[in-house]
Amino acid sequence: MIRLLQIEFIKLWNNRASKVLIISYFTLLTSIALVAAIKFDIGPIKFHLADQGIFNFPYIWHFNTFITAFFKLFLAIVIVSMMSNEYSNKTIKQNLIDGLSKKEFILSKFLTVVTFSLVSTIFVFIVSLILGLIYSDFNELSIIFTDLEFLLAFFVKLTGFFSFCLFLGVLVKRSAFALGFLILWQVLEGIFRGIIRWKFFDSETTDTIMGFFPLQAMFNLIKEPFSRLGAVQSVANQMGEKLALDYYIHWYEIVIVVVWIAIFIYGSYAILKKRDL
Amino acid sequence: MSTILTVNHLTKKFGHLTAVKDLSFTIEKGNVYGILGPNGSGKSTTLGIVLNVVNKTNGEFAWFGGDTSTHEALKKVGAIIERPNFYPYMTALQNLKLVCKIKDVSEDKIEEKLDLVGLLDRKNSKFRTFSLGMKQRLAIASALLNDPEILILDEPTNGLDPQGIHQIREIIKTIAAKGTTILLASHLLDEVEKVCTHVVILRKGEKLYSGRVDSLQASFGFFELKSDDLEKLTSYLNSNEHFGNIKQENGLVTAILTSELNAQTLNKLLFDQGIIVSHLVKRKESLEEQFLALTKNVNA
Repeated sequence: MIRLLQIEFIKLWNNRASKVLIISYFTLLTSIALVAAIKFDIGPIKFHLADQGIFNFPYIWHFNTFITAFFKLFLAIVIVSMMSNEYSNKTIKQNLIDGLSKKEFILSKFLTVVTFSLVSTIFVFIVSLILGLIYSDFNELSIIFTDLEFLLAFFVKLTGFFSFCLFLGVLVKRSAFALGFLILWQVLEGIFRGIIRWKFFDSETTDTIMGFFPLQAMFNLIKEPFSRLGAVQSVANQMGEKLALDYYIHWYEIVIVVVWIAIFIYGSYAILKKRDL
Repeated sequence: MSTILTVNHLTKKFGHLTAVKDLSFTIEKGNVYGILGPNGSGKSTTLGIVLNVVNKTNGEFAWFGGDTSTHEALKKVGAIIERPNFYPYMTALQNLKLVCKIKDVSEDKIEEKLDLVGLLDRKNSKFRTFSLGMKQRLAIASALLNDPEILILDEPTNGLDPQGIHQIREIIKTIAAKGTTILLASHLLDEVEKVCTHVVILRKGEKLYSGRVDSLQASFGFFELKSDDLEKLTSYLNSNEHFGNIKQENGLVTAILTSELNAQTLNKLLFDQGIIVSHLVKRKESLEEQFLALTKNVNA
């Protein structure tokens, strides 16, 4: 397993474009700390974002995992191109001739995906922990470690998304087309939602059905955290609205994404096995 | 003598096209094999199948007696297929290190092999800066990293300039001299004739011949003769029991032998008959002539 990871590491780290993207991705993950520096101080109006409670434990786990998940697009490019480059350089052929089995080939890519997700999760954990310790109003240990399932959801979400990218890379063989296909898929899910909502079901059933589609399923894992913010809640209360959203992560949402991961990885293997290179 | 590769009734179809048809042959350790055939005769497909990159339709093949899985076996094989494939953004050294990881061998031999193919001074240059000849030589170095039981080369001199072709041939000869088993696929007959001891001849996916190169050229050879008195010469040759077919073309008589006869004896016999020859050469059919004869027979 270490050997497979080392193989992939040599391939990625010696590629300047991949290296730059990986470094910028992790820099961006860290840069979420900069949000804390947002501070308006115009005469009587004093606004300091860090004081609005976004860095309070346990809310910070929710907020940071939601925001940082958007940066995953950087790594998506790396993953799609690490797959499609193997096709365009025909190195996949040479790898197999040199004695890598097709299973090992896919496994080495999947392990890389898992490693990326794991390192991102650890990164987000550390950055959030530090930010929280500095700005949070509550510092009891039991509160700090509440809601850590957001990190699990974050890990599963990233792994799912990257596995999807990997699958598209294997399927389409060209990085630009694979990324285009990813966007197209997002649009298709939207159109499909519109059609079934319009013609067949009420909004609740539509949401349930859409929850089985890969991208929606990944999005559902971590719901938007803004309506949970104290300030937003109080505004809503004044307007007489009650925001009762279900923020929590359900086991079946995790299961759906894990099943998609299995389908994508097995699908990549099946395609590769069937193809004559 | 141990068997390295056995191919049994191998068939590959691409849709309607049958690229390889019921092919069987065996590769023994220590020999230099050539796979010969015109373009599109199924050479590369056959190699692709045994190298795990093309799926077979029917039949089977076994490496080293079939005790190991194909991908494990391939770690003991060195192979280059058509064009050299490496990561263009990595240096020669980095690429070879990667191959070592894949093959699960130590990196000690990298310098030695780069030296063998004459690329040691370019080890830190990126692969994309290499000329085709250098790329091909790097591919050979890469294939040799594990000191393979067998080296498979598919059209190793394709697209190279004469100097490049010469360099590659010299390298192949050096490797063959060390006793490494080699399987060389080529449509260049003189290339195969120069280095191979055994040959498999394919045409449209079918095997026409497989065996030693010398037994392919089993005939006794032929004489090419010239003389001022052609009539006397041909009539004598026709009466001699050593000769079969006698042809005459542009004043050059070609007499095919049906039994052993050496040039000195013939010269003496002719002289005794009062026939003076101005040109006397004993030749064997070249592999090319044999090959053309063989492939033509099937056409008819």
